[in-house]
Amino acid sequence: MGSRVEILNEGGFRSDGRRQYELRDMTIDLSQQGLADGSVIVAHGLTQVLVSVFGPREAKIRSHTIHDRANINVEVNVAAFSTGERRKRTRGDKRILEMAATIKSTFESVVQTNLYPRSQIDIFVQVLQQDGGLLQACINGTTLALVSAGIPLLDFVCAITGGVHSTSPMLDLSLLEENDIPNVTVAVMPRTGKVTLVTMETRLHVDRFEEIFRLAGDAGKVIHGEMKRAVKSRTSALVTAMGSGPRVGGGDLADKDGDDRMNDY
Amino acid sequence: MVEITIRKRPRAEAVVTQRKFFKKTARGKVIKVLRERYLRDDVGCGVQNCSTCPGSSDDVLPAYGDTRHQSYPDGHFILPDTNVFLSQMDLVESNLFTPPIILLQTVIEEVRHRSLPLYNRLKALIKTDGKRIWVFYNEYRSETAIVREEGETPNDRNDRGIRKAVAWYNTHISLTHPPIRGQAPKKLPKVVLMTEDAGNRERAERAGITCVSVRHYVGGMKESMQLLDLLSAPGLDNIEPTKAAAGKQALYPDYVPTSTLVAGVKAGDLHQGHFNANQYNYLEGSVPVPAFTKPVLLIGRENMNRAVHSDVVVVEVFDEKEWKAPADEVVDQDSTLKNDDAEDSGEEGEEDNTISVREKQALKSGGVKATSDKQPTGRIVGIIKRNWRAYVCHIDSTSLTSSNATSLSQQTVFATPVSRLLPRIRLRTRQAPTLLGQKILVTIDRWDATSRYPEGHFVRALGKAESKEAEQESLLLEFEVPYRPFGKAILDCLPVEGEQWVVPPKDLKNPNWRNREDLRDLIICSIDPPNCQDIDDALHARHLPNGNIEAGVHIADVSHFVHPDTAMDSEAASRGTTVYLVDKRIDMLPSLLGTNLCSLRPFVERLAFSTIWEMTPDAEIVNVRFTKSVIASKAAFTYEEAQVRKDDPNRQDDLTVGIRLLNTLALKLKAGRMAAGALNLASPEVKIHLDSSESSDPIDVEQKELRETNSLVEEFMLLANISVARKIQETFPQTAVLRRHLPPPRTNFEKLQDILMKRKGLTLDVSSSGALAASLDKCLDPNEPAFNTLVRIMATRCMLSAEYFCSGSVGRDTFGHYGLASTIYTHFTSPIRRYADVLAHRQLSAAIGYTPLHASLHSKGHVERVLDVVNRRHRMAQMAGRASVEFYVGLALKGRNEREKAKVQEEAFVIRTFRNGLGVFVSKLGIEGLVMFKRDIQFDADNYTITIPLSVGGTEGTTISVFDKVRVNIEVEKDKNTQRGRVKMTLAHPVDSSSL
Repeated sequence: MGSRVEILNEGGFRSDGRRQYELRDMTIDLSQQGLADGSVIVAHGLTQVLVSVFGPREAKIRSHTIHDRANINVEVNVAAFSTGERRKRTRGDKRILEMAATIKSTFESVVQTNLYPRSQIDIFVQVLQQDGGLLQACINGTTLALVSAGIPLLDFVCAITGGVHSTSPMLDLSLLEENDIPNVTVAVMPRTGKVTLVTMETRLHVDRFEEIFRLAGDAGKVIHGEMKRAVKSRTSALVTAMGSGPRVGGGDLADKDGDDRMNDY
Repeated sequence: MVEITIRKRPRAEAVVTQRKFFKKTARGKVIKVLRERYLRDDVGCGVQNCSTCPGSSDDVLPAYGDTRHQSYPDGHFILPDTNVFLSQMDLVESNLFTPPIILLQTVIEEVRHRSLPLYNRLKALIKTDGKRIWVFYNEYRSETAIVREEGETPNDRNDRGIRKAVAWYNTHISLTHPPIRGQAPKKLPKVVLMTEDAGNRERAERAGITCVSVRHYVGGMKESMQLLDLLSAPGLDNIEPTKAAAGKQALYPDYVPTSTLVAGVKAGDLHQGHFNANQYNYLEGSVPVPAFTKPVLLIGRENMNRAVHSDVVVVEVFDEKEWKAPADEVVDQDSTLKNDDAEDSGEEGEEDNTISVREKQALKSGGVKATSDKQPTGRIVGIIKRNWRAYVCHIDSTSLTSSNATSLSQQTVFATPVSRLLPRIRLRTRQAPTLLGQKILVTIDRWDATSRYPEGHFVRALGKAESKEAEQESLLLEFEVPYRPFGKAILDCLPVEGEQWVVPPKDLKNPNWRNREDLRDLIICSIDPPNCQDIDDALHARHLPNGNIEAGVHIADVSHFVHPDTAMDSEAASRGTTVYLVDKRIDMLPSLLGTNLCSLRPFVERLAFSTIWEMTPDAEIVNVRFTKSVIASKAAFTYEEAQVRKDDPNRQDDLTVGIRLLNTLALKLKAGRMAAGALNLASPEVKIHLDSSESSDPIDVEQKELRETNSLVEEFMLLANISVARKIQETFPQTAVLRRHLPPPRTNFEKLQDILMKRKGLTLDVSSSGALAASLDKCLDPNEPAFNTLVRIMATRCMLSAEYFCSGSVGRDTFGHYGLASTIYTHFTSPIRRYADVLAHRQLSAAIGYTPLHASLHSKGHVERVLDVVNRRHRMAQMAGRASVEFYVGLALKGRNEREKAKVQEEAFVIRTFRNGLGVFVSKLGIEGLVMFKRDIQFDADNYTITIPLSVGGTEGTTISVFDKVRVNIEVEKDKNTQRGRVKMTLAHPVDSSSL
């Protein structure tokens, strides 16, 4: 029955009722998860990942330390129940390793690692549910988790998938669409407009690439807005909570600082 | 820049916006699927000037609906249910049916799920100008979206969704048409639910929704008279509600275990043979078995039990009471099964039913027939050996769910084999859209009892259909012709001198000259078709001093170059024969040998193997000898040139005299052969004129002309073959390579005899080849000179084909060649293009003590094995050649159609009658075709006539019978689905059947 679903029908609707340039519902939950220094649960539609960040801290294995900057360690774990068909993935699974490597290389240029020499930043990605756009969710989640851990970044990294059905570009593909049409994942740094990641596993016509690439860049900015809003509201909630409790000196100042810092992002 | 937004889907609404269901995969695994959907308020209603919906210029529904229908004077819109499209598509497609229609997404999806072809029609309909159809995406509109409730069938859910949409539309219209102050409130248009489902109507009425049945609605229309005709009969097809996919059920009986099969065959209860599919009727096949004179008939899919053409199968024969006659109807797989879905076939009960009903009708119509025609009928109980190979196919475009070129999704599609003998193959591919319109190679992997069609996989694409390269390659593949270029190991077997090789100067010490006769002075010439490059025979004749005549046939000495146990020899043995296509020749031996070193070209010395007779002037053989020789041909004639030379009385040179001498002998030889009872058979042979060697566009087709000189060459070749056969059989009684033509079983002729008797009052005596030849000569129709040829062609088809065999493997009494009326025969005269001839050369060479016989030719088993291959290759090569001619005839016809801007019309003879068509033969083009009738015609199986009833013909009923001459229009049309160009014939005279 899968192939009986139209990707983009005559009325311009996709199989889940969205139009071409509409992204799926994005929920960001920045609440504390366990002992992590920063953590977030990000969902794009039905794709859901939990990212926890530990560090910067001393590396568990001495040989992993680098003398002039921090080492980023990414581990991805896909829950067996995340797909329709229950399937256990081993740690050595090549696709998972590849995804971890992609995330690592994306963030190595964004995290200001030189501030923390001889230390390690651990990023643990737990995939809870999959419905297309997995890499995009992992990257957005990692950005937010790093932000919530207070690790200095040059910029947000916002990722989005785009695809082409015939000649019509589409954004934020669900699993159904991802299986059907050629797609590309793009991660941008919205403030500078730099692109930190472009990855593609299918063949896409070269004439269509530019259009998709630009769209994905614009969509990155929209995602950025959503992420910023989430970080801001979480911060202000925390601040309000702190404000309502017994005052520790200089609360006002901290509040202002926080806001200023946020405006930079 | 486009606007990019994030759609919100609150968790609270997850009940409506999230859907969870379980799916069972083909392997029986259960998968949970979770889907989300985004509900929105900006799905337009499509009514013009709607105040709340985002208006667009595409809105097609008039603000106040359609007011012309008498039941709804205030204006109305039609909102049809799914069953309207499933059963009354013709009506909705009619130009007269123009009310504004609201088409729900639910309905479209249900149609798509039920039948892809209907869905495609519906899609085309939406785009048709003049139709006012608005597609309303009710599943995405927050007010109309519904979820399936516990215990609700999908059908009920859809019905409820449709009713909800109708209710919403009615309130929506009342809200957006508010009464304007100061004006009388205008009556609001109604949205009318149109459905064939009485239950749905009842529930709708209870909810206060106006609804109507199709018949009722059409009855109230102005144009009801014309439209009522288009309604399909009520109750004919009770549409079953959409079911949730049922479990797989077995469609075919299981095979019996191999041990039981073997035991059964040994005991004689079961019979083993090759399965032959019927090319006219895909529901019928036959298996020739030794136990019966007639092949065992298999009727219906279940009895054929998943056998594919040329499989070795075991059949069980039914009681004689249940024996049946073959059906006399053309049943085309493409048309009967066109609405079948690739994905669901064999998995959903309902579709099975409709198909089997259709098939049963097809089977039943050929039911009652004279008992004399009955033949053993049975069913296949097991398969000994599958002879599956790669088949050339086309992708069936209607089986595609998405023809979008960017789609990478895996689709299940049908591949229709080019050969009509094969069933459609189901295959899963991710590149279906790109393969459309291409010829592809598909192999069958398996055929499960639960699957209606065999399953296969894509091997490779051959190229665009109808391009010459793809057609040529597909032809070679289809007939399993090995066409790779020769490898290095093979080319290394050639003489190192290459093109420069010459016969060394005469020197008895040179091994090339040892025991070779020097015949360079003889006046030898060759006679061949025009442009022949591989000249393998040459002739001479001269008077001897004693009054007798010496005649010689000189055959290229291929065995001098091709030695046993070399790479070249084994390659030649596996190729078996050179294959001639219209525009290409696939050589058995490397072309250096074929067209140069072994080709008996004029003015150069060549090695030959000569057969030299001494004959009396009455063509009695006094003496025959065989010798290896060196010859120098003095001329290479075409048949035409030789003929002209012979007929020119002014020419008195040695060559011409030689030809005349040969001709006089040949005439006597032929007379002698005919007197002995040789058959003069006919097969349709045509010649394709090609534009030029590069473009190879066929210009025209003409029948091959036969001249006296053709027969001259033929007679001497026959004589040489017979003489050689005697010699090698004498010397090697166990392993001689011979050729025979078994007399056909008398039953083969029964049908032809019957037709001739009933239609023309002629008798055919088939007691011996001589008697047959004599009675064939009497088959004359004074008004129709071509009639005799036609009968000969049909008689030829009743016969068995000739075959090579090893003399030690069969009884001495079965050596005979029926067609040539010779007691013994072999092939010796074309060693360049036939491998059997090479073997005969080796044996003859050993028989005259020139070389010792290679050990392999002493082994009966080895010779048998080689000849089996050669026989098969020979058959395949013939078929490939014919298919190539057919393809070019098609191209030529197409060219002619385009040039003349009119249909090609040719004379044709009726050779077969079917319940719904005629088999015709166009002698001028050498092709056979089918004329099919869609309307009913009267068919008289016993008298081989059909009668086209009065109403259609215009004149009184026209009767057409076998052997009648008709005129047919010939067109080449492309099958829409398969891209298979096929010749379509329609009657032009005596009746124009284009409307039938």
